[in-house]
Amino acid sequence: MSSVDFINENINWKDITPGGEVYEGGTAFGFRTGDWRVSIPEYIVDKCKQCLLCTPVCPDSAIPVKDGKRADFDFDHCKGCGICAKVCPFGAIVMKKEEK
Amino acid sequence: MAIRERLSGNEAVAIAMRQINPDVMAAFPITPSTEIPQYFSTFVANGQVDTEFVPVESEHSAMSACVGSEAAGARTLTATSSCGLALMWEELYIAASCRLPIALACVNRALSGPININCDHSDSMGARDSGWIQIYSENNQEAYDNFVQAYRIAEHKDVRLPIMICQDGFITSHAVENINLLEDKEVKDFVGEYNPQEYLLNQEHSMAVGPYDIPAYYMEHKKQQATAMENAKQVILDVAAEFEKISGRKYGLFETYKLDDAECAIVIINSAAGTAKDAVDKLRAEGKKVGLLKIRVFRPFPAKEIAEALKNVKVLAVMDRCEGFSSQGGPLGAEVKSALYTAGSTAKVVDYIYGIGGRDVRVENIEEVYGALFDILATGNVGETYRYLSLRD
Amino acid sequence: MSNVLEIRWHGRGGQGAKTASLLLADVAFNTGKYVQGFPEYGPERMGAPITAYNRISNDPIRVHSNIYDPEYVVVVDETLLECVDVTNGLRKEGAIVINSAKTPDEIRPLLKGYEGRVYTIDARKISVAALGKYFPNSPMLAAIVKVTGIMDDESFLKEMEGSYKHKFASKPEVIEGNMQALRMSLQEVK
Repeated sequence: MSSVDFINENINWKDITPGGEVYEGGTAFGFRTGDWRVSIPEYIVDKCKQCLLCTPVCPDSAIPVKDGKRADFDFDHCKGCGICAKVCPFGAIVMKKEEK
Repeated sequence: MAIRERLSGNEAVAIAMRQINPDVMAAFPITPSTEIPQYFSTFVANGQVDTEFVPVESEHSAMSACVGSEAAGARTLTATSSCGLALMWEELYIAASCRLPIALACVNRALSGPININCDHSDSMGARDSGWIQIYSENNQEAYDNFVQAYRIAEHKDVRLPIMICQDGFITSHAVENINLLEDKEVKDFVGEYNPQEYLLNQEHSMAVGPYDIPAYYMEHKKQQATAMENAKQVILDVAAEFEKISGRKYGLFETYKLDDAECAIVIINSAAGTAKDAVDKLRAEGKKVGLLKIRVFRPFPAKEIAEALKNVKVLAVMDRCEGFSSQGGPLGAEVKSALYTAGSTAKVVDYIYGIGGRDVRVENIEEVYGALFDILATGNVGETYRYLSLRD
Repeated sequence: MSNVLEIRWHGRGGQGAKTASLLLADVAFNTGKYVQGFPEYGPERMGAPITAYNRISNDPIRVHSNIYDPEYVVVVDETLLECVDVTNGLRKEGAIVINSAKTPDEIRPLLKGYEGRVYTIDARKISVAALGKYFPNSPMLAAIVKVTGIMDDESFLKEMEGSYKHKFASKPEVIEGNMQALRMSLQEVK
């Protein structure tokens, strides 16, 4: 069983892992920070030159890159912070109010 | 075969470390513990150990490096004193809450100020609530023996807590005395290999250590840590019993000396206990029923066992080599009185602050304490319960 | 305790009084005794008066205080007589050993009425003759061994040769000089 499945707020002190250890890697993936979003980035593909300045500044690794090119946002994890829109030199990322 | 030697307390601990052959030592020098990393780095330079010695720029970094290294899966140790321990404070709590069985040689010295480099227990007593197991040593032999036992206690699956082995700065750390050492192989076999179930450098199984703990989890983790500390008591006794088999030397949670029929007794820690035993013998020769209890394990505090051992004592002095500024006495006094109260004791108890900042403790000083206890016994009047020994009035 | 031999050393930081007390502990240890050798620590630096101690016993030693009424006192630097009360607590059935070119009779008036035995040894002369340099601790060590009689000359010299071979493994040329200093001191202490 994965830690993320059994560590929850109902766990008692005997069953919780010592020191809060998490016995697997990449568990942040299971945590949907996309739910926190107020503003949403829009990716304007036509303006994108694939310079990839946006990718490393994303705090949530929510800009997937495949074969040297970025794809659209991973909205399960994008928190809508807007840093990518600030660094984009070509206006290819625009922040908008998210309608839920 | 025991090896008859004469060593200072610092040398004795350094030799225990060599015999253990840990994976990592991260340390920064501070008087009076400096010689421990100094001797040990000689062992490293001579190829007598396989240890990675990490020279750091402060004790804050020393303990940080220890936390990282122990979490990575390496058996790790350090040594420090006084303000060095104080600079580790933040990481002491991290090490304990991350359940990392690091071993630390603490050479007890006063915390400044006023600026002072001599012996008292304010450093380790200040760290008493950090979640570290604390074991104290009367002399070089006990410092060595306790260090040899340290990892067996700390790494035990029911415990997994860091451990501090304390001895008195200068008084034992720099005094050359007789000692019996174990053979290297005996120590190696006794301590064994460190095989943590989970560790950061395990390529087969990744993990995360020390995550942020929100209010929904923090208390559960603290209860678990507190339970591990309770578990340590039995493990300490079990390890001591095994140690006795290889060394012939017996250890418990504390040592009692002529306590069974004692009317007046003292509770004391570290080197002054030896001096006090001479005082007990002198007074016993005069027909006075006196005894003493020397604390070995301060964390976990063996409250029930101490109350049981003191049950026949009528008047007790708790000797604190550390101020607590509680206006009532020092930390040991608070612990012992709490233990006695819980057990329903009616003993009369006074707390003495003694020997702080290196104030010398003589046999005569301890006799004076017993004299005061007999006054209380005779008059039934306790008087001031918070006293200073050898203070110029 | 009465069966413990207690010795107090007075010296100046850098003269080797602490080292001498540890060497004496070594020597006594090698004869099968229980020993303590320890310095009194403070913010001392080179030249400051320092104190070191020895306890030697046939039984385990438990006491961990300084020594206040020693049986023997060793003074490694004669100039300390002016500023340190070296005979304080010294038992009159004991003795004091002082590094000085003077005779015991010349020194006694400086000892505040001390009634016990007084020995002097010219450690400077011996050290310079044997080693070409002034290291008073070897001659002083030999003098106190002679005065206390904790072991005979021959066994002492044998022990010390082993000890120096270990201590000066990287400087074997100084071993013979130190041995010579010990031998001269055993003869000349009076």
